[in-house]
Amino acid sequence: MRLLVCVKRVPAPGAKITLTPDGSEVDTTHLGFTVSPHEECAVEEAVRLVAAHGGSSTVLTLGPLAAEDQLRNAIAMGIDHGTLLPMEGPEWDARAVAGAIVDAVRVLEEDDGRFDLMLFGNESADAGNHQVAVRVAHALGRPVVDGVKGIEVTDGEVALRRAVADGHTVHHLPLPAVAAVKEGLNLPRYPAMRGRLMAKKATIRHVEPRHREGGLRRLRLRAPEQQRTETTVLGTGAAAAPAVADILEEVGLL
Amino acid sequence: MSTVLVLVEHTDGELARTSRETLTLARNLTEPVEGHLEVAAVGTWSDELRKEAAAFGVTAVHTLEHELLDADAPPAAVAEAVRQLMGVVTPSVVLGAASERGTPSFAHLAARTDLPLAANCTAVETVDDGWELTRLRWGGVLYEDAHLDAEVALLTVAPHQIAAVPATMPGPAELEPFTPELDEALTVARPVAREALSGGISLATAPVVLAGGRGMGSAEAFAVLEELASLLGGAVGCSRVATNAGWRSHNDQVGQTGTRVAPDLYLACGISGATQHWVGCMNAKRIVAVNTDAEAPMVTRAHEAVLGDLHEFLPALLEEVRSRKGG
Repeated sequence: MRLLVCVKRVPAPGAKITLTPDGSEVDTTHLGFTVSPHEECAVEEAVRLVAAHGGSSTVLTLGPLAAEDQLRNAIAMGIDHGTLLPMEGPEWDARAVAGAIVDAVRVLEEDDGRFDLMLFGNESADAGNHQVAVRVAHALGRPVVDGVKGIEVTDGEVALRRAVADGHTVHHLPLPAVAAVKEGLNLPRYPAMRGRLMAKKATIRHVEPRHREGGLRRLRLRAPEQQRTETTVLGTGAAAAPAVADILEEVGLL
Repeated sequence: MSTVLVLVEHTDGELARTSRETLTLARNLTEPVEGHLEVAAVGTWSDELRKEAAAFGVTAVHTLEHELLDADAPPAAVAEAVRQLMGVVTPSVVLGAASERGTPSFAHLAARTDLPLAANCTAVETVDDGWELTRLRWGGVLYEDAHLDAEVALLTVAPHQIAAVPATMPGPAELEPFTPELDEALTVARPVAREALSGGISLATAPVVLAGGRGMGSAEAFAVLEELASLLGGAVGCSRVATNAGWRSHNDQVGQTGTRVAPDLYLACGISGATQHWVGCMNAKRIVAVNTDAEAPMVTRAHEAVLGDLHEFLPALLEEVRSRKGG
């Protein structure tokens, strides 16, 4: 089977996110870059599905040239091919991103055949638009389920488990299909040295994206006002137990 | 006169809290200009619901009536019904809660109408050339102010960011049922089975969450948190480090890509407090951090902190809780 995984390069923030002085971007001077945990799981799942059912997998991203790093990381984990839709400048909105992905999927499918399953992260770590997978699925006329934490492919069909508040719902989709997955789907592997060396040499295909005006334009980013409360130190080690038990009583738990 | 349409959710004859919050935000768009605040709803509508909607200033209620629109209706079917309703009520803005059902329904609505969608909004106002809004990014640690230019604005409203306030003037909430034409193909993603979570107190709603991170050091170390949780009627949580180390199931993970919790008390043991984790617990009413590092972000952001080795502190706390419960 043929799989496509879509990822997004995002900064890997530590404990605090700092903004550029004009508030237009996250200050990434001291940050590394990564993809969302949801997308790491999507990559891992694609590698496992190809190992189990044969076929090939492709990882795709829309982003700056530096986003090749994220594609190579996925290849190091076991993905076969990488495709970059190169763009520079301010972030595109979800509608524009989905349009560019649909165009690229049509190009890739015309060359190498249909993707049986397309995996997305449920939402990106930074923008959190919660819609790109559904837009792409709809444009391509394929069924889609979001919030997926379990995937099982059988003959011509995929069973998806969607996490809901009180458990799971199970959905059976005919292939080709689309799933927006969540962390917890699997435990992603660390790429082995051999994979990393191969990924370094891998050829990344570039497909030029066409930008359409999406409609949603960022004006600025702001950090919410912190209500800075002084931390009261209750004590050290075992000696603090009675003070914490007092808090448990205070909030009515004891 | 402009019309604002809200897709509301309800269970057991009550509007969902997130829907009441969404109605409150939506009302800002109809006032002070006298506009229509109309709602669309799936499922059996009752007189209690009508009263509640009226209290929030709703002028008309469109119950979406179709055999495919039941409790298991897939988001594509709900979205298609709303899309058809939009043709009748011609709203300028359509809103819904960024909830488990609302989020995918609006993604499908955006796809079907090919309109832009602003997700997880906390504020919105009409401007000359569209709308200006504020939405959450990075799971809620950052706000984005954005401009929306669209024929119709589609927005989802971030849960629990706005206090739900009834209208000063109740609305008539007149019932105007709407029957969409829905194709069987829309039900392809309908669930074929449900699996309930196995017993215990759910992490998302537990009054106290006892969470462990890197400092726990092993899967076995969580036993003391389990015991505390069962004595206190709470749930055990963990950080992403604990999940990735294989110490806990991902179902226990608190954070941006795990579960968001808002308990009365959050006890964070050996958790440094990276953004990924912080957004999952920042809505707790009270946070007590246990850590060897007095400079760890979780400690500096907590209300109270216990410094030192959690392996000494936790057994002592367990003993203290046991003795107070016994006494």
